[in-house]
Amino acid sequence: MNREHLRGLFSAKSARVNTNKGEEYYNSLYERCKARLEELKKLKPVNNVNIMEVLEDEGINRRDFLKWASAMTATLMLPASFTPLVAEAAEVMNRVPVIWIELQDCAGNSEALLRSDGPKVDEIILDIISLEFHETLMAAAGHQAEEQLEDAMHHFKGKYLLFVEGAIPLANGGVYGTIGASGETFEEHLHRVAKDAAAVVAVGTCATFGGVPAAAPNPTGAVGVMDIVKGKPIVNIPACPANPANMVGVILHYVLTGQIPELDSLLRPKFAFGYRIHDNCERRAHFDAGEFVEEWGDEGAKNNFCLYKVGCKGPMTFNNCSIIRYNEAVNWPIGAGHGCIGCSEPDFWDKYAYERPMADANIKAPTGGVEKTVDEFGLGLLTAAAVGIGIHAAFSAVAGKKEECEIEEGDR
Amino acid sequence: MGKHIVVDPITRIEGHLRIEAIIDDNNTIVDAYSSSTMFRGIEEILKGRDPRDCGLLAMRICGVCTGTHYQRSIEAVEHAFGVTIPKNARIVRNLIQGALYVHDHVVHFYHLHALDWVDITKALEADPKKTVDEAFKWAKIAGTNPWVADASKFGEVQERLKKFVKQGRLGPFAKAYWGNPHYKLTPEQNLLAVTHYLQALDLQRDAAKMMAIFGGKNPHPQSIVVGGVTCVQDIKNPARIALFKDLLMNFRRFIKQAYLPDVYMAGTMYADEALDGTGGGLKNYLVYGDFRLDDTGFYNSKLLFPSGIVLNGDLSKVIEFDQEKVKEDVTHAWYKGGEALHPFDGRTEPNYTGFGKKENGIAYLDTKGKYSWIKSPLYDDHRVEVGPLARMVVGVAKKDPRISEYVTRFLKNGNLPVKVLFSTVGRTAARAIETELMADIMVEWVDELAANVAAGDLSTWTEFDFDTVSKDAEGYGLAEAPRGALGHWVKIKDGKVENYQAVVPSTWNAAPRDYKGRMGAYEASLIGTKVANPEEPLEILRTIHSFDPCIACAVHIVNTKGRELGEFKVNTSCSI
Repeated sequence: MNREHLRGLFSAKSARVNTNKGEEYYNSLYERCKARLEELKKLKPVNNVNIMEVLEDEGINRRDFLKWASAMTATLMLPASFTPLVAEAAEVMNRVPVIWIELQDCAGNSEALLRSDGPKVDEIILDIISLEFHETLMAAAGHQAEEQLEDAMHHFKGKYLLFVEGAIPLANGGVYGTIGASGETFEEHLHRVAKDAAAVVAVGTCATFGGVPAAAPNPTGAVGVMDIVKGKPIVNIPACPANPANMVGVILHYVLTGQIPELDSLLRPKFAFGYRIHDNCERRAHFDAGEFVEEWGDEGAKNNFCLYKVGCKGPMTFNNCSIIRYNEAVNWPIGAGHGCIGCSEPDFWDKYAYERPMADANIKAPTGGVEKTVDEFGLGLLTAAAVGIGIHAAFSAVAGKKEECEIEEGDR
Repeated sequence: MGKHIVVDPITRIEGHLRIEAIIDDNNTIVDAYSSSTMFRGIEEILKGRDPRDCGLLAMRICGVCTGTHYQRSIEAVEHAFGVTIPKNARIVRNLIQGALYVHDHVVHFYHLHALDWVDITKALEADPKKTVDEAFKWAKIAGTNPWVADASKFGEVQERLKKFVKQGRLGPFAKAYWGNPHYKLTPEQNLLAVTHYLQALDLQRDAAKMMAIFGGKNPHPQSIVVGGVTCVQDIKNPARIALFKDLLMNFRRFIKQAYLPDVYMAGTMYADEALDGTGGGLKNYLVYGDFRLDDTGFYNSKLLFPSGIVLNGDLSKVIEFDQEKVKEDVTHAWYKGGEALHPFDGRTEPNYTGFGKKENGIAYLDTKGKYSWIKSPLYDDHRVEVGPLARMVVGVAKKDPRISEYVTRFLKNGNLPVKVLFSTVGRTAARAIETELMADIMVEWVDELAANVAAGDLSTWTEFDFDTVSKDAEGYGLAEAPRGALGHWVKIKDGKVENYQAVVPSTWNAAPRDYKGRMGAYEASLIGTKVANPEEPLEILRTIHSFDPCIACAVHIVNTKGRELGEFKVNTSCSI
């Protein structure tokens, strides 16, 4: 492999998912969305709350609200002309009841939901307006909580979105997780609550791919929602925890179109998981220039160099962290000088979550030097390519130091 | 014969918790059992991994005390390797953990606990103008101005509530215990608290943002590594430090002007319960100690929260803490094992025996046998409580000047005797006292960090030779999560984790009976509580919530003997 080839492999200009589907498509989608919103408006709302009044109570004006709507439109990868529709969708969101259940979880996604920003629109919408059941926040407990769940499932039969947080333990007949007075297992509970949902949204990597409990040796036989629930639309929003912007995005998309968003083969919405962390990383130029942090706290670290050599898995990880960031965009892991640990990918605890580069790890993983979605390069090999990155890293590090190197000369 | 109450799920907590209580004919709780019904086996998962990577995974024990397990895991490894971190790293870790404290305590009080004291529906009858007087009254006791002193603001909140209550569907507020006679606040007081509830929902994001400035994100930050921290950019940049301080100052104002006054208000209105010691429980308190204030390294530094043990609520005596005396017993927990073991030797082998009898669709715990995924930790053969109350009690008993000052001031302002601390109300008050103390000292820490950086120190990481130090090492990271004493013990061999155990706050507090049949802290705290309406577990929630349960943490994490899990038969009576 010569150096140019490697460089080409790993630093080609990013070709993200082509989101532009042409005028005809958008025109028909626009009409569809409008018709759906009209229909929704005819429905009796869950609460007779006027979102604009609530916003005004919260000191948010129409302008801020539209700003938020336009940011959300961009997140959903829709043309700017959809902004008014997104705003309208937010206003009728309280027609969409949400039930949220927690299984083998740590409540990290519930906590993330509380951090959602925007302005505070999504928080208001989610926490105050349409949340029918959420164990961490609800006032009732015990049998009253169970009744509330029954009631919401019955009242909104076929209409509610079910959010699931946490994995499902299947070993030994599911004894590792029970809930409610009857001692129902998590698996039974999920089947029961998913039965009449319009769609099931798995939030966080535990609910999507099994996450922490499923990490080797998976003592409790933990699996994700898609291994249990069949015959229902399922949306996976992985990451540890999932970014609340993506949770809100999925709900809005559902309200807008009545459908779940376009998904990749791992059932992740393409609007959020259609490109890699590496493609839009603020440190990408340093990767291309071969400037790396060699050890924590060194000169490279002080100058924001690329974190690949201290274990960043940005090149293998599909998510929009590099664009959306976290906590009102105040920071993100790479911003804080730590590599990405691949937390939105299946089996990341065993494949990616360590502080050394891939090349050091004798593990097969999908990597793509090529800028394609995970579907396009499949889940094949790539120890070789991983080693390739390692070599490239070594090369460019040398190049970065403006020193000569034998192999390099051979390449010229 | 009284009634057997089952409360499952306990909501407004982290994790899966069941409480069963037996009440007599006078509706007084005479027996109680605490059980966790979820297990993940994280210990088994950590085994064999590189110790430098354990922190990231161990952090996922809990998404609420997020970051605490991360730091403890990293520090257990640093302790094993004999690594002392640079000053910047120490301060930044304190700030990340401090941000967690103020965030967690405020969210706990308003969003997880307040609805046990506050009847939202009563707020509808309040007079917004009189609510302003109420706000001034309690702020004055706290020696400050009220956070909101505007009748129109209270009126707006009330209007919004009215709309809610008029509809059939109340979302998270549905089917609660509104109207229960054990709610004691006046309409105006309820409106004041509900207003703060909504504002705290918004403001808590700022505290989370504080963590993200140096942590990368929240929940689950990602900037701590064995040897130090990675956020050199954020430390280097004065604007980042300024932003942190700005958010802190505003949040601190909310703590002083809303949170503390509200706690005075609840404490005063529920003073009877505090004075008769409702929810006091064990009255044995344990603190591992936390927040290093200097750079002399592990377990030599002066600590913000000193370690120690106080028994029977006797503030005149403190026993010095010795980690050797921590043991875990599994008599009533779903694990195999005989006598209680120290965490270095701890084993976690599931032995699920299921529920006991089943009647009318309700499965009851087998309280004579095993009934929880939580083990029963013992300190020198004592059952103890951990948490903010333990930290304040041990601090006062140790005559720590800072803690004594804050506790004394709180009691004096509220005109309250010391004994009110030993109750459910006292536990909730101790958390507030601690939050104020933390917000104040964090201001000093931010300034200390800024001064250190300005003096030219940009060091964030201590180098070590991994291959040498990781051949054969053991260490522990002992600290205080917002909910109490949290420790990780790790054994390392040939660069891999050989054994890993964590003994954490809710393990101490939520544990079942021990080998002598003695109760855990939750269980003991419920005994003697009078229930207004056996159909509504309001008083149970009030006391259990005062501990701020975090159950995912509590359930055990490590089996290192390499045995196969799951060779046991499931008792058919429980294959529901």
